[in-house]
Amino acid sequence: MFDLIISKYNYWIYIILMMIGFYAMIGKKNLVKKIIGMNIFQTAIILFFISTASKKGGTLPIIMHGHGAHAVKAASYINPLPHVLMLTAIVVMVSTLGVALAIVIQIYRRYNTLEENEILRLNK
Amino acid sequence: MTRVTDDIIIRAVARVIMPFIQIYALYVIMHGHHSPGGGFQGGVILGASFILYLITHGLEDAKKRMSELKAGLFSSFGLLIYSGIGLLCLIMGSNYLDYGRLSTLLKVIPAQARSLGILGVEIGVGIAVMAVMFSIFFDISTGGVVPEDEQELETGDE
Amino acid sequence: MRFLALIAVIITGIILIYGSVDMPDWGDPHSPASLHVSPRYIEKTMEETATPNMVTSVLADYRGYDTLGETTVIFTAGISCILILRERKRRKKRKINPKNPTNHV
Repeated sequence: MFDLIISKYNYWIYIILMMIGFYAMIGKKNLVKKIIGMNIFQTAIILFFISTASKKGGTLPIIMHGHGAHAVKAASYINPLPHVLMLTAIVVMVSTLGVALAIVIQIYRRYNTLEENEILRLNK
Repeated sequence: MTRVTDDIIIRAVARVIMPFIQIYALYVIMHGHHSPGGGFQGGVILGASFILYLITHGLEDAKKRMSELKAGLFSSFGLLIYSGIGLLCLIMGSNYLDYGRLSTLLKVIPAQARSLGILGVEIGVGIAVMAVMFSIFFDISTGGVVPEDEQELETGDE
Repeated sequence: MRFLALIAVIITGIILIYGSVDMPDWGDPHSPASLHVSPRYIEKTMEETATPNMVTSVLADYRGYDTLGETTVIFTAGISCILILRERKRRKKRKINPKNPTNHV
């Protein structure tokens, strides 16, 4: 049981963070709070991917003393692939945040409120 | 609408620190082969320097350095560099974005040609990211009202 | 409504934590993600691309298509912000000539 907690607790932290974002997305009525929840959700996914890249005893994925003839062992560097995928995901996160804020500004101009139930009431 | 600050300290420090931020951004883009960095990170830092100028000096002054028209042109120009390098590889007779064949054009071995191709692509990505970050911030902070129209409105109301 | 959201969140969290028991341990060098394609990226990056930073070489060379599409995504985000927010023409129509207030330019 102790081994299970030690080896898996990183996933549980990300799941808790993700559920905080999920609750903000479905439970809150304010649209800006929903966007903040979406960002927390995406951050949790990014942390999850980065943690799958780690290897015990590995260093960061830049080859030391690069130019020269020596063998490179795969076990001594951590996995670069999740870093690449999350690097692109971070920029997509910023883009979605920008578009979401632009849409929220337009909604506020039209309805003069950001509360979801008031917008639905005005739309009837 | 961004409110321009009158604080002389903030304005002076922002003006002094802006070139250093830009030099650092160029270093991050150019040194991405040997240290953490690359087009996305350097582009965001470069965009942040223009955003700093916008929030300290206001829209009127910021339009002289970087206007919304220039930002739109730069964002498409960065994407054009990226796809243009890919198309150049296609013209040289290899696959799209396969930089190895550029070695005949650049007079280096194929591995070095790939390294240079990566550098060109990173520059394109950096320009595009810088322009898009500035453009998104500009649109959201002004609410889409372009400054010259605002001036016309003010003179019209008088 | 808030209560239902809380129940949905708790159920989803329990399912995910139950699923995480089968995930590889933290820092395991023999996890499936570290065995499939990444050893080739790590071992061949100097030989094939002359770039010591593997993240850069994978980003722009091995997975160049991914990055091209992703640059297109942020370009599209900038364009859609412009399309959603800018309202140049309508503002100009509302301008009033100071000399003749009834004359809309």
